Amino acid sequence: MSDAALPAIAAGADETLESPARRALRRLLKRKGAVAGLVVVAAFILLALLAPLVSPYDPVATSWTLVRKPPSPPHWFGTDELGRDILARVIYGARASLLAGLISVTIAMSIGVPLGLLAGYRGGFIDALISRITDAMLACPFLILAIALAAFLGPSLGNAMIAIGVSATPVFIRLTRAQVMGVKVEDYVEAARSIGNPPWRIAVMHILPNILPALLVQATLSIAAAIIAEAALSFLGLGQQPPAPSWGSMLNAAQRFLTNAPWMAVWPGLAIFLVVLSLNLVGDGLRDALDPRER
Amino acid sequence: MTALLEADGLVKRFPATRSLFGRPTAFVRAVESVSFSVKAGETLALVGESGCGKSTVSRLALRLIEPDAGAIRFEGRDLLALTATELRAFRRKAQLIFQDPYASLNPRMTVGQVLAEPLALHNLVPASARRERVEQILRMVGLEPRVARRYPHEFSGGQRQRIAIARALAVEPKLIICDEPVSALDVSIRSQILNLLRDLQQRLGLAYIFVSHDLAVVKHIADRVAVMNLGQIVETAATDALFAAPRHPYTRALLSAIPVPKPQAKRSRIVLQGELPSALNPPTGCRFHSRCAYVVERCRVEGPALIADSTGHATACHRVAELPPADAVVPHDGGFSPALEKLVAAFSLSTEGPARGGVDIVSASPRAGA
Repeated sequence: MSDAALPAIAAGADETLESPARRALRRLLKRKGAVAGLVVVAAFILLALLAPLVSPYDPVATSWTLVRKPPSPPHWFGTDELGRDILARVIYGARASLLAGLISVTIAMSIGVPLGLLAGYRGGFIDALISRITDAMLACPFLILAIALAAFLGPSLGNAMIAIGVSATPVFIRLTRAQVMGVKVEDYVEAARSIGNPPWRIAVMHILPNILPALLVQATLSIAAAIIAEAALSFLGLGQQPPAPSWGSMLNAAQRFLTNAPWMAVWPGLAIFLVVLSLNLVGDGLRDALDPRER
Repeated sequence: MTALLEADGLVKRFPATRSLFGRPTAFVRAVESVSFSVKAGETLALVGESGCGKSTVSRLALRLIEPDAGAIRFEGRDLLALTATELRAFRRKAQLIFQDPYASLNPRMTVGQVLAEPLALHNLVPASARRERVEQILRMVGLEPRVARRYPHEFSGGQRQRIAIARALAVEPKLIICDEPVSALDVSIRSQILNLLRDLQQRLGLAYIFVSHDLAVVKHIADRVAVMNLGQIVETAATDALFAAPRHPYTRALLSAIPVPKPQAKRSRIVLQGELPSALNPPTGCRFHSRCAYVVERCRVEGPALIADSTGHATACHRVAELPPADAVVPHDGGFSPALEKLVAAFSLSTEGPARGGVDIVSASPRAGA
């Protein structure tokens, strides 16, 4: 009797195998906005990685003869108040910004996701405890919390990353917890329990892969927010320390010369704008591509 | 011989409302003192309408949820006394098949991963031999070994249910609880899955607890039937005995609702009046009294016990001895017109061959062919 079902299965077996991840990637690449975003982000990552090779000048080399020169063939983006080349500083500044975005979100996820899994899967007192702490942290605006933490830790790029990471953690705790609570009532989780998986294995092997899409989208958007936060902290002098360049500290220096030398503000501002916009486009594209309800 | 699984006085109450401090103030009484036993190699069917606690009982029996009272013994061992580690080791002896094959497979694992996981968890097969064992299990449920590399979304409902059955078989269990395993499937696929389950039972000596509301399916597959109403078992008997002579008024009402594929068959339908009472606030005494046609004063005050006669046919009804015989419920041969009779005969003949292994819908209905 079971033979009756075999031909149908055999006929379908020649289709290409497609994992959920590959399917999502294919759908992501169909979206123009997301592809444009990916290209821009990739370009900035390349610039940051290859900074010493592509940068026309040393980003910290000053020159008294070149103070606040407008854009010109030798200095495409102009020079700043100490005669440093702005193009070189924007390229090197990408390192600080992208690194800050990446590392602070890594920090936020490595604290937030396990706590969210624990709270969502275990429930009860642990959940109540973690959730109340999260609520308390979310009561304080993201940037204010980051500034307070950075000021407490002392001004440096590393401390700024920690401060931003910790401030972004509650969002990940809450998102993970909500997603876990949605997934843990699924039949396949009960099935995992019924074949004898220990709780940690259910959480890590069965629940985590299924909530990863939502986390990935949030991570992309959080990197954009973290880049803005790093720029804000550097603007306030709490992030990247002079003379090393960062887009935020460049804006800070530029604000005093906004009417005389607007190019000093335009280029780092444009870089922040482009990277953040692109990351948001990628995040939105990912959200659509990973949505199981859409084909 | 001792029973494979024995449940004794199981009780489960779910908190329905909570006070300000999280203390439960009202309970849904999902299961009230349910007792049953399953022998090795036997199929026990749990039937009843939606919300009567069938699924809760099946999860209690595997200790996937904790009962509030009662005892469960598997091969004589008290399941409730097991530690978390012992309980996980026990999982390889009893498995569960779910109603919805679209929800019971992890969408991010390939079929091969789904089937290899239980092998690895219980260390049943060394890592090098796992692939081969997975292929073997797939063949056992009528799937090609090469499907192991594919993801669940690439399969139809019937194929997915085969995969779910394969997962349950991977640990070589002695008992499988089937929670409405065919009710989410097309009628055409049902018979395939049911026959697969029956084949596997014969080959591997499995015991089944078969949870269902589909009496035609139950009659086809079960050795014994337990009828549940509002969290209690009201009647239990061998399948033939129950379908031939249902005793409890609720069982009779259920059986009378089976469609009969003969338009003029004579029988009386028992249509229950009134709503299904809420499990939040079940009726006093016999839980069926609000809908029972034979209710007397005693039913409203005193809950009847499940009492077995010499043949093992047990009924929970005060008036079981006084009730009229159940003949009217089970349909009699009705008047087919001669022309239709011929047509039916011709149709039955032509389908005889391929349908031999399948569920024969006509014969699965009570007395339809008699």
